[in-house]
Amino acid sequence: MTAELTPHAPAEAAGLADPASWNIETSLTKLPALTMSQELEELAAVRDDVVVLTADLASSNGLSSFAARYPERFVNTGIAEQNMMSVAAGLASTGLIPYVSTFASFASLLCAEQLRTDLAYPRMKVRVIAHHAGISMGFYGTSHHAVEDIAITRSMGNMTVVSACDGAAVRGLIRATVDIDGPVYLRIGRGAEKPVYDAVPEFEHGRFVSVAEGSDATVIATGLGVKAALDAADLLRGQVSLRVLDAAYLKPIDQAGILAAADETGAILTVEEHNPHGGLGGAVAEVLAESGRAVRFARHALPDDYALVAPPSHLYRHYGLTGQGVADAVTALLAR
Amino acid sequence: MDGDAVLDRNRDVEMRELERRADWIRLETIRLVEVAKSGHYSSVFSCAEMFAALYYRTLRIKPGDPAWPDRDRFLLGKGHAAIGQYPVLADLGYFPGDWLDTYTRLGSNLGDHPDMRKVPGIDFSSGSIGHNLSVGVGMALSARMTGRDYLTWVMLGDGELNEGQVWEAAMSAAHYGLSNLVGIVDANGMGLDGDMETVMDIEPVAAKFESFGWSTSEIDGHDMAAVCAAFDQAQSADRPHMIVARTKKGKGVTFMETTPHWHLGYLGPIDKASAVAEIESRMTR
Repeated sequence: MTAELTPHAPAEAAGLADPASWNIETSLTKLPALTMSQELEELAAVRDDVVVLTADLASSNGLSSFAARYPERFVNTGIAEQNMMSVAAGLASTGLIPYVSTFASFASLLCAEQLRTDLAYPRMKVRVIAHHAGISMGFYGTSHHAVEDIAITRSMGNMTVVSACDGAAVRGLIRATVDIDGPVYLRIGRGAEKPVYDAVPEFEHGRFVSVAEGSDATVIATGLGVKAALDAADLLRGQVSLRVLDAAYLKPIDQAGILAAADETGAILTVEEHNPHGGLGGAVAEVLAESGRAVRFARHALPDDYALVAPPSHLYRHYGLTGQGVADAVTALLAR
Repeated sequence: MDGDAVLDRNRDVEMRELERRADWIRLETIRLVEVAKSGHYSSVFSCAEMFAALYYRTLRIKPGDPAWPDRDRFLLGKGHAAIGQYPVLADLGYFPGDWLDTYTRLGSNLGDHPDMRKVPGIDFSSGSIGHNLSVGVGMALSARMTGRDYLTWVMLGDGELNEGQVWEAAMSAAHYGLSNLVGIVDANGMGLDGDMETVMDIEPVAAKFESFGWSTSEIDGHDMAAVCAAFDQAQSADRPHMIVARTKKGKGVTFMETTPHWHLGYLGPIDKASAVAEIESRMTR
């Protein structure tokens, strides 16, 4: 992690005497991958069409920093996410580029119809930054988990779906998608993701990024699955030469990247913090099946069920979204 | 029409002419329902006077340049009444009149609910009841952010007010003090299943918006002078303004006014002739 990716002031700045104490404001210091406010502030400095909306979560997602710097370009709708999405549509219809941010569960499930009818159908240039995707809210439980959002957004015409694996990728994907036509759904974690990239990557539209070269098998991962896959490649070093692709773009999907992985490594495992149906694994399976390739293939995702309650890191261990979990899944795939 | 011509706000038009225009909208609606063999007659008939007043008097528009940034916006939250809006847009020159003959047929730009990407003059798509007041809030906020003086008008049905998102939008419009936003409730008192009082009572509408921080006015939505006066007054409100227009679903055709089941329907030749005759006799009076 480079210094420029640490967006928030140190905890002591909040005036807390005990270093073990924390509050909403200081919690941001523990979430260095929550880089969107910093990126949007830099974007707003050079573009006057960028506006930002959130629904009473600015202090949680860090957009309070943007709000302080650009109060006239910041709209807080209160806890009214559906209104926020449609307000963003109205703003976009006049030529502005609204960045709308809330928990992924509310962005994709509560607001599915606004995404479809007010953003995607009329091709509004609204960028939805859906944070705390997957089960990253841990013991907050199922109401706050988003394990269906890739499937939901991927099935909407005109929608671009991207997923960031770390704080640098959040910035890179904001940059890569700022001017594309129609809405963008940017899926990000809670901000605690360990770094994959040591600088802000330049993403190519609709392409995976190869983050590790290998010839025995390929892991196509998205979100925090990318770091888990890199850790798996380390664990398997000397036994399995593992290619790791960061599926930063989920729609459009990188057909050439998938087929090259099939042809060159003969085995593909997808890894995602999502329900097994309709997500990254489903998208890759569609491409493989239609290509007629005979290739070993498995999906490593969450169960088709609702997650247990636990702190996030405990859940990731339990569900195998770790280096060891991915390594085991690769080994099982290659043993077939 | 000159493509560069701006039709200014609050144009000097005879009331009688606007009244005839409202009845012409009813006739055109009957004509288009004949193409589709199904349509929302009565939902248009309740707001025909307001369509006429908005487009032929009140709104600042530029039909030759539908994307003109300074145009007043008009959003039809009750999108199923677009069948009454399309003939107006064609008449003003937004698109060729022969598009109307394709209404709802395969590949037509004109569907039951309006699509902003297909129909010039439609400022935002609608169809899912309850979204457009929020969209209007966004447009009004944008005007403030970008220093433009356009007004945003949103027409809602009274049944639409049952949707929760309307009240999220109402709250945010007042919170942001959007005096450049005007709402109109076409309060025809009827939903698909019957009268609002029975289905899901929404009264008192004006008091509800007042309590959300809007100013309001309440008028007879079929009294053209009252409609125009309310539209004039709303433009100088110091906060978002809601016009509650008391209307009659099916207004202008007696058998529709007195039977509650015309939210959706089709008139066979005999009934159609009688409806047309009643409207035309009023127009030539």
